[in-house]
Amino acid sequence: MVIDSKAYGKIAVDDKQIFHFEGGILGFENIKDFALLDASQPPFMWLQSIEVAHLAFIVIDPTIFREDYDPKLSKMDLLFLELNEINQSDNQLTLAIVTIPENQNDMTANLQGPILLNKEALLGKQFISEDNRWSTKHHIMEELAGRRSPQC
Amino acid sequence: MLILSRKLNETIIVNDNIEISVIEIKGENIKLGIQAPSSVKIYRREVYEAIQEENKAALNSVIPTLPTGLFSKE
Repeated sequence: MVIDSKAYGKIAVDDKQIFHFEGGILGFENIKDFALLDASQPPFMWLQSIEVAHLAFIVIDPTIFREDYDPKLSKMDLLFLELNEINQSDNQLTLAIVTIPENQNDMTANLQGPILLNKEALLGKQFISEDNRWSTKHHIMEELAGRRSPQC
Repeated sequence: MLILSRKLNETIIVNDNIEISVIEIKGENIKLGIQAPSSVKIYRREVYEAIQEENKAALNSVIPTLPTGLFSKE
């Protein structure tokens, strides 16, 4: 199908890229279907509403800058997305929404409210992690620096 | 909004399977105990609102132009 996107204007997307968020995204509960698009600058991606062009979030795989990231979700949470111990490693995709201010170096990722996708069932949901290590604003550049310093 | 008065150690029951009790009252702080099925999500309201706010702030982001190799693992 063809959708209106924030980054690319009209763009064709495959049905296999479109995820249904039954609960929407917090603050935007009425918008339920999002396409996952590559961004011009990997490893960033867009989570783009297929209905509302300006409703698009920049997302990233948080393990890229926090290898130890685990939102510690319950089995019940995972079941909501039809994920279980058997299919989890193949089907689960964990993403964090990124906020990028005018000074790009201050970009942050929301690790307290991760987005989980089931790539096979095409379901998605924003969860709230109850692990108090994770906040809504993880400074990505500082996390990267922290990861690298022990190796330097 | 339904408003109920409760004393220390008193409880209210919601929907037959959720119990909320007053565990401790110390000055301005009230400790609540909540018993509910694990499928029931319970959050402090601030946490919920912080994530909503962060989602809204994230919408103003544009894709950054970053140095190449920034995210590559050596």
